[in-house]
Amino acid sequence: MAEKTVRQKKPEQTPQTRRTNFLEVAGNYSPEQARLEAGRCLQCKNPVCVSGCPVGVKIPQFIQQIKDGALARAYEIIRADNYLPAVCGRVCPQETQCEGRCVLGKKGEPVAVGNLERFAADWAALPHNAATPCRDAACSVSTGAADAAPQSAAKIAVVGSGPSGLTCAAELNAAGFDVTVFEALHELGGVLAYGIPEFRLPKEIVRREIKSLSAAGVRFETNAVIGKIQTIADLLQNFAAVYIASGAGFPSFMNIAGEDLNGVYSANEYLTRLNLMKAYQPGADTPILKGQNVAVIGGGNVALDAARSALRLGAAQVYLIYRRSRAEMPARREEILHAEEEGLRFLFLHNPLRYLGDEKGFVQKALLQKMTLGEPDASGRRRPVPELGSEYELAVDTVIVAVGTQANPIIKDTTPDLPTDKRGYIIIDENGRTAKKGVWAGGDIASGAATVILAMGAGKRAARSIASTLTI
Amino acid sequence: MAQIKAVTRLSKNVYRLTVAAPEIAAKHQPGQFIILRLDKNGERIPLTIADKDTAAGTIDLIVQAVGKTTHQLVSLKAGEDILDLAGPLGLPTRIEKLGTVVMLGGGVGTAPLYPIAKGFQQAGNKIITILGARNKDLLVLPEEFAALSDELLLMTDDGSLGEKGLVTHALQKLIDQKIEIKKVVAIGPLIMMKFVAELTRKYKIPTVVSLNSLMIDGTGMCGGCRVRVGAETKFTCVHGPEFDGHLVDFDALLKRANTYKTAEKDSLNKYLEASP
Repeated sequence: MAEKTVRQKKPEQTPQTRRTNFLEVAGNYSPEQARLEAGRCLQCKNPVCVSGCPVGVKIPQFIQQIKDGALARAYEIIRADNYLPAVCGRVCPQETQCEGRCVLGKKGEPVAVGNLERFAADWAALPHNAATPCRDAACSVSTGAADAAPQSAAKIAVVGSGPSGLTCAAELNAAGFDVTVFEALHELGGVLAYGIPEFRLPKEIVRREIKSLSAAGVRFETNAVIGKIQTIADLLQNFAAVYIASGAGFPSFMNIAGEDLNGVYSANEYLTRLNLMKAYQPGADTPILKGQNVAVIGGGNVALDAARSALRLGAAQVYLIYRRSRAEMPARREEILHAEEEGLRFLFLHNPLRYLGDEKGFVQKALLQKMTLGEPDASGRRRPVPELGSEYELAVDTVIVAVGTQANPIIKDTTPDLPTDKRGYIIIDENGRTAKKGVWAGGDIASGAATVILAMGAGKRAARSIASTLTI
Repeated sequence: MAQIKAVTRLSKNVYRLTVAAPEIAAKHQPGQFIILRLDKNGERIPLTIADKDTAAGTIDLIVQAVGKTTHQLVSLKAGEDILDLAGPLGLPTRIEKLGTVVMLGGGVGTAPLYPIAKGFQQAGNKIITILGARNKDLLVLPEEFAALSDELLLMTDDGSLGEKGLVTHALQKLIDQKIEIKKVVAIGPLIMMKFVAELTRKYKIPTVVSLNSLMIDGTGMCGGCRVRVGAETKFTCVHGPEFDGHLVDFDALLKRANTYKTAEKDSLNKYLEASP
């Protein structure tokens, strides 16, 4: 009977309203919706959904608890495998992970695992719910309530407070180690803080998840650029092991003419000004150009985040320029749909050739070329081929380049004995171990830019490897 | 948080701030900079480290009040805190023994030149320093440079101190005197560095400039500080701030520096109105 219930939809701000604000687009399930959705789960004996989750959350078990109304227990089950459930429930590409494997998805709609995970995590954070990991006013990040680890515990340094570093830190802290996380920026969370906008992931939720780690004993140091204030070699003097999770935050440009014009941003810069520096809020000192005709180059989540941010800053037209077609877009499906509802204009099979500016150096036009899809390339995707003679100009006053990121060179350049591949990514084995003694690495700095949950999976593997190598 | 230990007014709008930052002081090398943020609504701005006292655990910043954040910064008193301070950032200056090295400083841009000049002097070079500014009040650290330079030439636009004219005039004179200049290090306004580089290019004198690009994070994750150097795009915060002056596209940088002119003006006016 259960499978006859339809997949429950989250409440959402209407496209007209949400285009004018940076508030979260999607609301949470009501308790009744959560119970109904949980009831759709078939409780498979051999749950394939779990194999689709990079950190192996016990999905049928936590869903059963939601169905039974045991929300504290549901949350505990999730937290045993995932330290950032309120984040993952919101930003994971579930359609290619847990929900992509769900057997209900073969004939109809898969169980909304992500929505249920979010429901449990948000419920647990409500002030009156006992399962909340941190309700104590004293457990703020800045005071670093770091007395949980015993005096004798081995000290571990984690470089980077993004999803991978946080997961590794949480796992090692739970195993009894004395963990310190070093973050280069003034705010913790990595891409969760500077990259993913408020309308997808409210920063309050990121802070909440990090506070719970702080309350559990993880120490945090902000404004600490490792490679500069301390090298990896310096850290190894004071720490038994180092986990490098510095991410792949170094933006790529296309190296076409006009990319240095005023009004041309990397998506990282655009999103950092908005998310980390709050440039959209009155009273913030950090400026941002509010373009009327904005072109965003790229087809991933970062491109969509930038495009939807530009809409919310009041742009009249925002174009998403992608050299392949919709089917090849790597972005999360829900975000593509949201962006479309908000009025984003997609220019599929288009590529910029150059940008033209005015005499003061501000971008005015993009010269675009149309593409067709040719034979599949090494990645298995059909290769975009330029259509000769198809060039035309598009009037733009802001361009946001979201064509990917690379490894940041700071740690590599200051750690000569740490082997990296030819693109600068740190070489690791299947446990996250590097060739340098005492040093592990994972997340985007080892794999190249990927997803939040894959970075978390890497952090977890490395933590287990570190724990099994060291004695507390 | 970093506590301000002392604030000294050097001239009308130029201040020297001594800030407690023991770890940064210990690690700092000439040429490097910091990023700071004053409060919750604050922006991140880069400032070069002008000096340090490793024993006292302090660094010195020399700040000209030009916009909202710098006005707010110089209004702080000893004992007050800077919310966020990150550094030392950027690559250190390559200091080597070459012979005669000319140090060229323009306006408040002279501050970062000081530790570099000190480094070259300690490495056994002969130091000729040329400092320039619009007027004598804007000449930064003349006594300090006098102490470490074999020769010190002061230039002001209005002739209020030293010779009237631009730093490039003084440099041209040295070249005309057939002094064998092994290297020029020029730090100051973009337009000054551009003309220094154009002059030395003619005589094939290796010239290092330190760029003061727009920056946000200062750690290489946004590219806001990007600059064309020869055929390549470089990030000032990670690959610099020092580059071969003969390869830098100064014209693009000069335009880029105006990106937020209107917003900057508005922000300053609002601040000045609110704080009489």
